Amino acid sequence: MITTHETKIIKAPTGNKLIVTRNFDAPVEKVWSAWTDSKLLDDWWAPRPWKAETKSMRLSEGGQWLYSMVGPTGERHWCRVDFKTIVPQKKLAVVSVFCDENGNTTAGMPPMHWLTEFRAKDAGTAITVEIAFDNEADLDKIVAMGFKEGFTMGLGNLDELLAHGRV
Amino acid sequence: MTQITRRDVFQAIADPTRRAILGLLLAQAMTPNALAEHFKSSRQAVSKHANILAECGLVTPEMAGREIYYHLNTQKIKEIDAWLEPFRQLWADRFDQLDQLLNHLKK
Repeated sequence: MITTHETKIIKAPTGNKLIVTRNFDAPVEKVWSAWTDSKLLDDWWAPRPWKAETKSMRLSEGGQWLYSMVGPTGERHWCRVDFKTIVPQKKLAVVSVFCDENGNTTAGMPPMHWLTEFRAKDAGTAITVEIAFDNEADLDKIVAMGFKEGFTMGLGNLDELLAHGRV
Repeated sequence: MTQITRRDVFQAIADPTRRAILGLLLAQAMTPNALAEHFKSSRQAVSKHANILAECGLVTPEMAGREIYYHLNTQKIKEIDAWLEPFRQLWADRFDQLDQLLNHLKK
């Protein structure tokens, strides 16, 4: 039985930071592995109909996760995540950038500083994701992209419905 | 004479002084003078910012006796929230998938 939890997102008063919070009905060690095991990440990280595909991952401070997001028509966006601080089952600090398939940073795309904190709560886990940007203009750029992405994904889901003859 | 103003909530929050004013009004309605005490800039400058917020509909000036009090318009603040909605939706979708995965992991 899956209970639905609310995903909350706010813009921090400093203006350059988004804070996402969510609870999960699973113990912290499970949530931690879903967040740090590339095989598991490939299963959930990309919002459908997109798929995440890991090219390489070395989970250690100074290590990297190189993956791509593959769209329904085969379009591909590469991302690189640099691990900065790893405190198992507690904290994960990374810097994420858009890049090419070899991990070379795409010019003009703002880096995102992610701090994910894991906290046991009741029988489950509470997650806080802070996504910080070098400045507010960078944040606006990413949110604008998220908007675009959300819109595109919405259309993708519609394609899926149409394909299944449900509309 | 008509003056066309093209202001929206995003212009309003683009300025740090205006964001600070909104932060102060969150706690209570305030007069322009009381607001100005919280800033280094001139009373006039603070008033100008408050006027822009009023033009954007984020704050509403109301007369109480001989004083004007600026109130926060929470309905309008929700428009800013709505701006984040697609981004929230992206995370909500992503996390719903994680729920499913976690459910499998439990078995």
